[in-house]
Amino acid sequence: MNAPVTVRVQRDDFDLNSEVAKLSAGRADIGAVVTFSGLCRDEAGTLAALELEHYPGMAEAEIERICREAIERFSLEAATAIHRYGKIMPGENIVLVVTASRHRQAAFDGANFIMDFLKTSAPFWKKEHLGDGTTGGWVSAKDADDTARDRWTTK
Amino acid sequence: MSTVNLVYFSWVRERIGKGEETLDLPAGVVTIADLLRHLKTLGEEYEAALEHENVIRAAINQEHVDHKEPIAGAREIALFPPMTGG
Repeated sequence: MNAPVTVRVQRDDFDLNSEVAKLSAGRADIGAVVTFSGLCRDEAGTLAALELEHYPGMAEAEIERICREAIERFSLEAATAIHRYGKIMPGENIVLVVTASRHRQAAFDGANFIMDFLKTSAPFWKKEHLGDGTTGGWVSAKDADDTARDRWTTK
Repeated sequence: MSTVNLVYFSWVRERIGKGEETLDLPAGVVTIADLLRHLKTLGEEYEAALEHENVIRAAINQEHVDHKEPIAGAREIALFPPMTGG
């Protein structure tokens, strides 16, 4: 069975409700839908914006690979992943993952899995713009994100 | 001699000072590790970008590879720092 995967990398914002509606339209076999959305924090007022750079082509391909693996591993019925690029202000959306399955655990686990791998292997890089008008530099990768990813393989 | 398209992202791109270039590689540049060593001979901007080789990630034809990967037949090789999306 070929569960549908939707992947988009875009400058524009996305709408949670419409993405959930599209994913579950006409599907009476889906019993659980989980959405995760990641937003831009203001880091206690110091951050003016994040600028997201990506590798066009590979970003889409890598997210699709991750979604396909999640579908296989958790028997998901469908998955959607949308990642924004460009300048993103505090409070705005950065990323959306929607997973659907027959029962809730697979959808929860699938969304978690997709985010853990997306953070460590989808080619995106964040640069900080600070409130005082200066550039804060590139965000460093976190060991905690590698640890979160590795728990899926070390179990 | 082989010709390869290179693309750079994030601070690797900024330090090298360009996002992409096409280079002729001398014989003996067989793997990603060889490529990194070769690039570092091309100028101080490359040295600055690739100083900490172990943190540099690579992709061949838009798929992640490690530094031992042979580059023969690669259409596009990307070099970039650890990813910070999501």
